Amino acid sequence: MAGILLAGFGGQGILFAGKQLIVAGMKNGKEVSWLPSYGPEMRGGTCNCSVNIDDEPIGSPLVTTPDILLAMNKPSYDKFVSKVAAGGTVVYDSSLVTPDEIRADIKSCGVPATKLANENGFPKLANCIMLGKLMKETGLFDGDYFRESLRAASPKAKPELGEMNAKAFAIGYEYED
Amino acid sequence: MSEKLLMKGNEALAEAAIRAGCKLFFGYPITPQTELAEYMAKQLPKRDGMCLQAESEVSAINMIYGAAATGSRCITSTSSPGVSLMSEGISYIIGSDLPCVLVNVQRGGPGLGGIQPAQSDYNQAIRGLGHGDQHVIVLAPNSVQEMASLTGEAFDLADIYRMPCMILADGALGQMMEPVDFGAHTPREIPAKTWATNGHKNARKHNVVNSLYIAPEELEQTVLDRFERYAEIEEKEVKYDTYLTEDADIVVVAYGITARIAKTAVRMAREQGIKAGLFRPITLWPFPSGELKALSATASAFLSVEMNMGQMLGDVKLAIDCAKPVSHFGRTGGMIPTPDEILVHIKKAVGGDN
Repeated sequence: MAGILLAGFGGQGILFAGKQLIVAGMKNGKEVSWLPSYGPEMRGGTCNCSVNIDDEPIGSPLVTTPDILLAMNKPSYDKFVSKVAAGGTVVYDSSLVTPDEIRADIKSCGVPATKLANENGFPKLANCIMLGKLMKETGLFDGDYFRESLRAASPKAKPELGEMNAKAFAIGYEYED
Repeated sequence: MSEKLLMKGNEALAEAAIRAGCKLFFGYPITPQTELAEYMAKQLPKRDGMCLQAESEVSAINMIYGAAATGSRCITSTSSPGVSLMSEGISYIIGSDLPCVLVNVQRGGPGLGGIQPAQSDYNQAIRGLGHGDQHVIVLAPNSVQEMASLTGEAFDLADIYRMPCMILADGALGQMMEPVDFGAHTPREIPAKTWATNGHKNARKHNVVNSLYIAPEELEQTVLDRFERYAEIEEKEVKYDTYLTEDADIVVVAYGITARIAKTAVRMAREQGIKAGLFRPITLWPFPSGELKALSATASAFLSVEMNMGQMLGDVKLAIDCAKPVSHFGRTGGMIPTPDEILVHIKKAVGGDN
């Protein structure tokens, strides 16, 4: 169904966002895998993860030609946009990425996720806003289904976190240029 | 079927070990297996067990030696450089006929190498885990699911045959998250551990654990006895998996994470009209030689694919008595091959370009 690459700075919630995709995929009966870049990563350094969601058993967990790229900073956009499969989609945080080049053979969607997150009082949830835009533009999962899956991902003792994630997701989903 | 959980391979292996009745973990942190030790440190004290971070891999393996002698299920995990440090202790454990589970979440080598996934410890695991005439059962999982189910099997095999069993994984399997079902392994019947050096209130003659035999006649006999057991394992415990090999012209041989990537390449080759198939050894020792040889009657070529420079190539050639051409494709140093790269080599192999 899709190979997805999520990339950005450490601390932006890239790995969390990737995990929410496979949680939704698994609950939906799909084959899924999630592979983080690992090693000397740290807050502020670059970070990415490969996600596969498919009807067939997953072969390589490493996504080298993504159908969908979620880029949350300029270095990640620059590094990976050329790798996106023709006909694929890139969703980028337009408050941090000003593309030098827009590929004509892929769908490019910007959303000022960091700006929107700050304006709405949850500066750490730009990742959920990005997921909202990704879902709207790719139709990977039904928006309502994914929002509820995201809401359920927070610890039971802290349901307010799930509420905020769901709210941030909705902002990204409903965002129009 | 029980509920599936999303876990990293390292965590799934640790959880499976605890569920298999393992109470003791000794180890030393090293990327990319540290989540395994971390999981044990969090869980074992709460679940009637103990996790101890040793001061080095040398200490950890000797703690395993002691723990294994008591008959308790115990496990250690490390990554490539750590296995080299454990080598002496592993040989002592083999020489003392003790069961334990060893985990190598491989990274690129030699030396400190790198921290990305590799399979370049194949030869070490199969041929040189310790000095002396010896074997260790080596299992190669290819998914987070198998990281769990083969761990239960590893403890059973170790106990049944009184020897170490190694899980040979890699950084990708350790780090990746996939759904896992802990009900997938059915425990086997384990013989009573009459040899264990545990407390018995003088109810029997005391047991001795030892690997030193000064008289060569005596030492030779212990080795011969052990090799009788090895022969039984080679006969009974070979595990492998096949995919579209029945009518395959070209059989790709791959294990672990590489086998999954090769499977995608085989599917791509089939779409292009090339009769490709995949043979996946699950036990690397004992190697599924007989099953591979059977395929040499129908296949016209074999391609061995690994994340190393061709360490399994010789075993494939030996298995089929060089009856058909065998080529190798590999990436090493922490690089993961892509399905496209493997496909290129499948085409080369069927083209007779060796």
